[in-house]
Amino acid sequence: MVREEVTVGVGDAAAGLHEFPTTDMTLNIGPQHPSTHGVLRLRIVLDGERVVSAEPIVGYMHRGAEKLFEVRDYRQIIVLANRHDWLSAFSNELGVALAVERMLGMEVPERATWLRTLLAELNRILNHLMFLGSYPLEIGAITPVFYAFRERETIQAVMEEAAGGRMHFMFNRVGGIKEEVPAGWTGRVRQAVADVRSRMPDLDGLIRDNEIFLARTRGIGVLTPEQVDAFGISGPVARASGVDFDLRRDEPYLAYGELQESLRVVTRTVGDCHSRFECLLDQVYASLDLADACLDRLASVTGPVNVRLPKTLKAPEGHTYAWTENPLGLNGYFIVSRGEKTPWRCKLRSASFNNIQVLTELLPGTLLPDLVAILGSMFFVVGDIDK
Amino acid sequence: MSNLAAESPTLADFGTDVWWIIVIKVVGIFALLVALTLFAILFERKVVGRMQQRIGPNRVGPRGGLQSLADGLKLAFKEDIMPALADKPIYFLAPVIAAVPAFLAFSVIPIGPIVSIFGERTPLQLTDLPVGVLIVLACSAMGVYGIVLAGWASGSTYPLLGSLRSAAQMISYEIAMGLSIVAVFLYAGTMSTSGIVEAQESGSEVSAFGLNFDGPGWYAVVLPVSFIIYCIAVVGETNRAPFDLPEAESELVGGFHTEYSSLKFALFYLAEYINMVTVSALAATLFLGGWRAPWPISIWDGANSGWWPVLWFIGKVILGLFVFTWLRATLPRMRYDQFMRFGWKVLVPVALLWILVVATMRVLSREYDFNAGDIALYVGIPVLVLVMAVVWLWPDKAPDPTVKEGVPPTTRGAFPTPPLDLVVPPSPPLIKRDAVAAGKRGGGKRA
Amino acid sequence: MLNPYIPIVGLFALAAAFALFSVAAAPYIGPRRYNKAKVDAYECGIEPVDQPLGGARFPVKYYLTAMLFIIFDIEIIFLYPWAVANDSLGLFGLIEMVLFIGTVFIAYAYVWRRGGLEWD
Repeated sequence: MVREEVTVGVGDAAAGLHEFPTTDMTLNIGPQHPSTHGVLRLRIVLDGERVVSAEPIVGYMHRGAEKLFEVRDYRQIIVLANRHDWLSAFSNELGVALAVERMLGMEVPERATWLRTLLAELNRILNHLMFLGSYPLEIGAITPVFYAFRERETIQAVMEEAAGGRMHFMFNRVGGIKEEVPAGWTGRVRQAVADVRSRMPDLDGLIRDNEIFLARTRGIGVLTPEQVDAFGISGPVARASGVDFDLRRDEPYLAYGELQESLRVVTRTVGDCHSRFECLLDQVYASLDLADACLDRLASVTGPVNVRLPKTLKAPEGHTYAWTENPLGLNGYFIVSRGEKTPWRCKLRSASFNNIQVLTELLPGTLLPDLVAILGSMFFVVGDIDK
Repeated sequence: MSNLAAESPTLADFGTDVWWIIVIKVVGIFALLVALTLFAILFERKVVGRMQQRIGPNRVGPRGGLQSLADGLKLAFKEDIMPALADKPIYFLAPVIAAVPAFLAFSVIPIGPIVSIFGERTPLQLTDLPVGVLIVLACSAMGVYGIVLAGWASGSTYPLLGSLRSAAQMISYEIAMGLSIVAVFLYAGTMSTSGIVEAQESGSEVSAFGLNFDGPGWYAVVLPVSFIIYCIAVVGETNRAPFDLPEAESELVGGFHTEYSSLKFALFYLAEYINMVTVSALAATLFLGGWRAPWPISIWDGANSGWWPVLWFIGKVILGLFVFTWLRATLPRMRYDQFMRFGWKVLVPVALLWILVVATMRVLSREYDFNAGDIALYVGIPVLVLVMAVVWLWPDKAPDPTVKEGVPPTTRGAFPTPPLDLVVPPSPPLIKRDAVAAGKRGGGKRA
Repeated sequence: MLNPYIPIVGLFALAAAFALFSVAAAPYIGPRRYNKAKVDAYECGIEPVDQPLGGARFPVKYYLTAMLFIIFDIEIIFLYPWAVANDSLGLFGLIEMVLFIGTVFIAYAYVWRRGGLEWD
């Protein structure tokens, strides 16, 4: 590791007070640090408490997901795909399933599509609740996380009942979903959604307008739409900066095309940490509404939930790119097939990887506590960065 | 009341104890502090648990009652690590420097009236001095050294940052704390803690609208501004949430005690909780009538005699601990600069002005024979109403949507950042999206 | 008649004995398993960057806070005796103290104006 000693004289408002150059302090935030959610490492140079430069060093958790995809059967890919972003496992599986189905030209039964849409929205709620709990924790509020997890537990229970898993659901199959949901499941989902909706104000009221929380997040880490474009940022982080782009509306997949009147894309214009937080918070309400709309339709949609697959599943020669609006942002799989059982090449476009690149722009000039606030508000999953 | 008044110790009652009474008191204070610390840790975890829909520790001992004791013992059997880069003597002494003053501060806190211990009549207080409260302030100032030296001697960046923050924070809030209690001295006319408790025994008679009644004696009621400033300042002084910046675990990992383990760490932990107990006890002494029973109980004649006051006193301390816990469960952490700004630009000037107002009122009421109660009634209440009205009716300052606080221009070229003049060629979805977002691109351009 | 300070010395002795015993006994009670990584400075799992002992020079603004503290602490030292004796000093004491606080306030305003109360 190269030792770096940057010496700068910072002369600002306190004229004459900062004339002596002081040695800056090099600080490694991560890979083992409470606020990096895993093994992201930031190498920062500090002048007092002000960040002079910041450099995210990624790759501590690189597992070579794309290469692993290339030596797996199309059905086996799904089990790997749901692991890179462990908080949106269902949505990750979905992308692979959609890509393979498209290459095969496969028709997915209507009921499967609606169930997938419902589960994808429930997964989105789970994901967002995780961040709604952990972000205040990073700002120092220790209570919201327990309220968020209470709601997570409610949704988690119905997800578990259907899929059998609590984290890596593995419920998607090429051509549909694994199996029909248990009897009476939709009623319990409806109850869970209603429960979460009725209790969300607890979490909301605890943190959203807290004076200290506002002071810590308003105007901090402002991300401009230009930066969003330049860095390819997507998802709630981009929408908080006023970039009103959501695949569910702008290029509908699954059943979103028929849900347009229930679909509310939450946007903010300021682009600071608080608007990113609010985007996620309000998105939970929006997703609860979507889940209800899905349940309404599911009541009248019957039929099979998957299709019978041949013993060996070979995609015809060609390539496709399937992207989905994952909880964290755009998640895409570019799959090239040479007619084998496995993809010949695979490229995974994960949301977090793009989103955190902007940290080099956002962090310099901020204070160390703001660094934590900004880092938390970027809503990343380290596995999604490192793939 | 006369026989009760006789129970109240005066300065003359101190320094007369026989040696074995002193030994009993010293050991008693020490034991009380350790017991209160163990209780406070458990109490905090239980209360925070309830506030977070959990039940808190319930495995060790009856209903989890021995949890903090078990934690303490566990710490003793952990490996004691001496970092290679540490400045060894200072690293070794820092926990001692933090813990000892924490114990000492309690020596002047009055726990009860004069009682009889094995036939010896003695006040339930280790000692008292004409400058009693100064002992507490001196001890809390000494405690800062332990923290600063710990961070400095660890030879590591996180502890150093934590200790620098801590030093700046503690001395800043010491100013506010010191100023907040000046008004108490003004009213009590003494700095001795037993004298201040004595002075809060009963309030002055207030005649309002033809009615005569005893005004409240507690300085929390008489001097509300002082009490509020004191409460805020001691939260900063004890490094507790929302002002727990020195050990902000999401930023600085463990803060000043990152490199400490085993019993050395336990001493810092002990010192923090003893400090909490001490400032709660000082709040009870200075503002909440000390060991005297609160109003509904004080109707009972025996409430302030014998050993009963110990109960009221402990109750008030626990109330203080509860407030600390409540704050911790509710509030996010403030940012260092916001916190310092609040201390220096709000608390200090308000405390100074308040001292001037109180002093002026007292002098005027004596020199020109005003009744302080009258002034409070006919001037204070309208002023209070006016202030409240202004506070409530003041239009909420609409937050500027494009504030860029703390985001000065990026230093370009400091690190290989992708060139921002890179124009991304519009892809088909982008064209569609540009059309959608075109109206929203007005503001927010980076400086 | 014993001096009222003696009990404080007693408590000091007990507390110091307890604290010194704790730090001195800690290495002998706990296990000792040497590992180089353990005695390295904590740097989030990275080989620590060499830092001069104590991080070399501190940013000067921390000293500024200390200087401000001394100014105001001295003010408090003057305020305490005045507050205690306020009843006997009367109007004279009040006017003196208003002048004193006013003087300190000018210094305070100056420091504020010069940006001494800006922390970052």
